[in-house]
Amino acid sequence: MMYAVLCYNSEEMVCGWTKEQDDAVMAALTKVHDKWEGAGKLKPSIRLLPTSAATTLHKSKDMVIDGPYAETKEALLGFYIVDVSGLDEALQFARELAAANPGGAYELRPIQLYIPGAPVAEAYETGREYAGDKVFSK
Amino acid sequence: MTDRAWIEAALTTARPQAVAALLRYFRDLDLAEEAFQEACLRALRNWTANGPPRDPTAWLIMVGRNAALDQKRKTSRLTAMPDEDQVSDLEDVETPMVERLDDSHYRDDVLRLMFICCHPDLPATQQIPLALRIVSGLSVKQIARAFLVGEAAMEQRITRAKAKVAGAGVPFETPGPVERSERFAAVMQMIYLVFNEGYSAGPKDDARAELADEAIRLGRLLLRMFPAEPEAMGLLALMLLQHSRLPARFDSSGDAVLMEDQDRRLWRTKLIQEGLALIDKAMRHRRTGIYLVQAAIAALHARAMRFADTDWVGIDALYATLEQLQPSPVVTLNRAVAVSKTKGPQAALDMIEPLGERLSGYFYFHGAKGGLLLQLDRKSEARESFDRAIALASTAAEAAHIRMHIDRLIAESGGAG
Repeated sequence: MMYAVLCYNSEEMVCGWTKEQDDAVMAALTKVHDKWEGAGKLKPSIRLLPTSAATTLHKSKDMVIDGPYAETKEALLGFYIVDVSGLDEALQFARELAAANPGGAYELRPIQLYIPGAPVAEAYETGREYAGDKVFSK
Repeated sequence: MTDRAWIEAALTTARPQAVAALLRYFRDLDLAEEAFQEACLRALRNWTANGPPRDPTAWLIMVGRNAALDQKRKTSRLTAMPDEDQVSDLEDVETPMVERLDDSHYRDDVLRLMFICCHPDLPATQQIPLALRIVSGLSVKQIARAFLVGEAAMEQRITRAKAKVAGAGVPFETPGPVERSERFAAVMQMIYLVFNEGYSAGPKDDARAELADEAIRLGRLLLRMFPAEPEAMGLLALMLLQHSRLPARFDSSGDAVLMEDQDRRLWRTKLIQEGLALIDKAMRHRRTGIYLVQAAIAALHARAMRFADTDWVGIDALYATLEQLQPSPVVTLNRAVAVSKTKGPQAALDMIEPLGERLSGYFYFHGAKGGLLLQLDRKSEARESFDRAIALASTAAEAAHIRMHIDRLIAESGGAG
């Protein structure tokens, strides 16, 4: 089974960290990352840029708004990672998705740090094994 | 229950919005500050025991306001308000407060608070300390250290500035669009001044260098309040991109390293990425502004992996835009540097020669002119410019850079003669 672990914290506070504080947190996290990546269980990890760098495409009106998606009625259902030339191309991708799947919104948030982690293909196998043997067969 | 360091960080984060809302309520800077201080003291007690509230800022505003009112009532022997232990855990008290205080309500409060600190009646020497004291919450001691003056002198400077803005009568009504955009421009300029104080600090002057981080924090706050303002994106991007070069700007002996000689691998990519993303967003608005254009220039430097890869054509075009937005001989001089790379030294020299009178006391003018003359092989004139530059140098690194050219010229003429 694969899980996405979504990270929440006070953005104002995290952005207010000095470089030393930030480095200290990253060093502590890296120890945890290394352990789980060594076990082949940590897949890509991502640190996003602050919400001030976000842009939101509201699908129904094809409206582009500066800032993050702020509505609370909708839930986060999934996400994509695209490697594009910039915001315009990312918006182009989002608009194609919107045409295929209307309703809701896409928030485009630049990625600050991308750690590829352990290979994903192998993980799928491990995941299936785990699901089959240890959960469903019980 | 709650970590002391966490609480302190939360109080710092909440400060601008909380003090701004309390200022609207009490219409008095000192009263607003005292109310916030009192709320912080209570937060340290209450949050340590009960854990943090859902919205620390709203909690601090409410408790600060009640504490100040309570104080007033006590002195006039009226019934006291309920204290924060009773009100803070009541969801139904906190919820409407939180709802009323979303960002759209805060934004004019925060803008007003920042604007008061950079009121046109105040000289820049008072604006920056006042903003650092009131908005950022730095101690007088910290500010005094950053400006290399005694604590008592700084205290006096801030008190004087406060008295001046109290007398200036900034209106507390919600500002109209013109008023708001004027305040916005003044606040952006103040934030950039704070940044430049930090940017110009020497390698060992940590107290002053931290002002750059503080300015970035204020820039983030402003952008959060005005998320669709391309100039706010531009200002934050500009500061992030300039700041990204910090680890490469000084060598191990503390001397300044020119951008062309910097080890670009030391530039902080995290800040560069954020700056570039903000410019990307701002560009969509198809509206230029002085900060956005300067950020775009910084971005072209940041994008070049080597100095030789710099997009001088792009930089020339951006400086041409900046010249139109904000005509200044210094901007033209900077543009000439780009022109020398694209059209050659003669074109650049033609561009800066008319500036001679206005920039006669400017180190960079004579340094750049000397460099261009040297490229044109006009050695004795180059030597004259370098001599004038070295007399105007204000740091050892500036002088050393010019000295290198002069020494080379002397060596060459010695060899020829």
